[in-house]
Amino acid sequence: MNMAELNNQPNTVIHLQDVTVRYRLPGERIHTFKEYVIRILQNKIKFKDFYALKNINLEIPKGEIFAIIGNNGAGKSTLLKVISRVLIPTQGRVWIKGAVSPLLELGAGFHPELTGRENIFLNGTILGHPIREIEEHMDEIIEFSELGDFIDSPLRTYSSGMYARLGFAASTSWEPDILILDEVLSVGDETFRKKCEARMRGFRTGGTTSILVSHSMESVMSLCKSAAWLDRGTIRLVGTASEVVKAYRQAQSGA
Amino acid sequence: MKTSDDPIYDSAKRGPVALEELRGIFQYRDLIFQLVRRDIVARYKRSVLGIAWTMLQPLGMMVILSLVFSTLFQSVKGYPSYILSGLIAWTFFAQTTSAMITQIVWGGALLKQIYLPRTSFSVSAVGTGLVNLAFSFIPLVLIIILFGLPLYWSILFVPVSMLLLAAFALGVGLIISTLAIYFPDVSEMYAVVLVAWMYLTPIIYPEELVPEAYRFWIFNLNPMYYLVKVFRVPLFEGTLPDTLTLATAAGISILTLLIGWFFYSNKADEFAYHL
Repeated sequence: MNMAELNNQPNTVIHLQDVTVRYRLPGERIHTFKEYVIRILQNKIKFKDFYALKNINLEIPKGEIFAIIGNNGAGKSTLLKVISRVLIPTQGRVWIKGAVSPLLELGAGFHPELTGRENIFLNGTILGHPIREIEEHMDEIIEFSELGDFIDSPLRTYSSGMYARLGFAASTSWEPDILILDEVLSVGDETFRKKCEARMRGFRTGGTTSILVSHSMESVMSLCKSAAWLDRGTIRLVGTASEVVKAYRQAQSGA
Repeated sequence: MKTSDDPIYDSAKRGPVALEELRGIFQYRDLIFQLVRRDIVARYKRSVLGIAWTMLQPLGMMVILSLVFSTLFQSVKGYPSYILSGLIAWTFFAQTTSAMITQIVWGGALLKQIYLPRTSFSVSAVGTGLVNLAFSFIPLVLIIILFGLPLYWSILFVPVSMLLLAAFALGVGLIISTLAIYFPDVSEMYAVVLVAWMYLTPIIYPEELVPEAYRFWIFNLNPMYYLVKVFRVPLFEGTLPDTLTLATAAGISILTLLIGWFFYSNKADEFAYHL
């Protein structure tokens, strides 16, 4: 692997160099151990390679809200996974400066039997915060979630809107270095979305870099400065948000 | 503004994975604590007797087993406490390793979304098991007193036995759950193996019951034989385990833990591709 120093711009926080993610899908699904051993002995395991990402090069500067757009299956979520260290790329190099905090899918990192408050602790430690810090932020989180007395009821009694508010409040009450948002702005009502967007703008002034995947071109254009368009695992275009959205839309209507 | 000493992650400059994993667990120790707490609170929250079930479960098992087998094993003095001491050691092992396999499923959903030390859920499963094990000492002591058996000072040695048992369980669990990610059948297979393994270990029957000729195969090659013994002897016989048994138990536990830890953490990068 290339161990040379990267030529980063001074304010780069995310740098992907030739990143490739390859899934090896077995030609046919092998379910049992017995079958697997037999296949190995017969030397009959066939793999189909599937490239979720191919030679991605991307540099994102500090303090930006950066959008990733593209059709379903273009590799947007895979790209986010590579940035959040969940997926180690098959090839290439990922360089990240600062702590990455992804906004988890609804329900992930929560337990239905625990109360909202207990879940804030659980969720906070999953995000890597020490308990002492979570205690300091507790009041603020409860206030932002607008849950009131429900905070001490088990999560299974919550509506999905309450769930979403708690989730967003619990993971964004810290100013993360890098915030990852995968289609989260599509949940919740209009007021909630406005509130989320306001919080993201607030983060930007504090120096947080946000990366957002969205199918809503309106949110992308209103929130983001630049964007990247992913198409079947490769980058089609990187540029200002309006430029990229325009090109993407043109391609869509042409297709 | 944020300072420039932010942590840097570089996929081209990673240390040895087993060590990184260990460092990760230390960094995320608060998470481990929260996960243990979640397991215990969530398990008992909706039941009336709550945490008492940790104690009632082995007690119930013990009552049933001693009713069924006491005529058969009359030779063992204080048979109920003999069973109970073996049973709680076994239950800890069986429950913890099985929990580690199921935890991978719950944890897997998270591991696909956020970076966490990949052993977090396994380590916390052992933590939960240890808490439950500690609670099951209450009925054990109760039984010992109830049957008029002496309570020995050697009971103070038991925490060491617990640690060895925990290390072994963690090692076995890590190996099995790694396999279970690639082959879902493994978890079903393991449940069957556990039953056979339990009957091959002197938990409910006295050691002397097994004919001399078979003892080597059944006991000496069975790691759980040593670990249960190290756990039971100080409780039941009032002495410390003999040096050979203790050394074997310690050696097996540490070796299994090391193998499991290296195996799991070296495969962990691939988990996100498979889960």
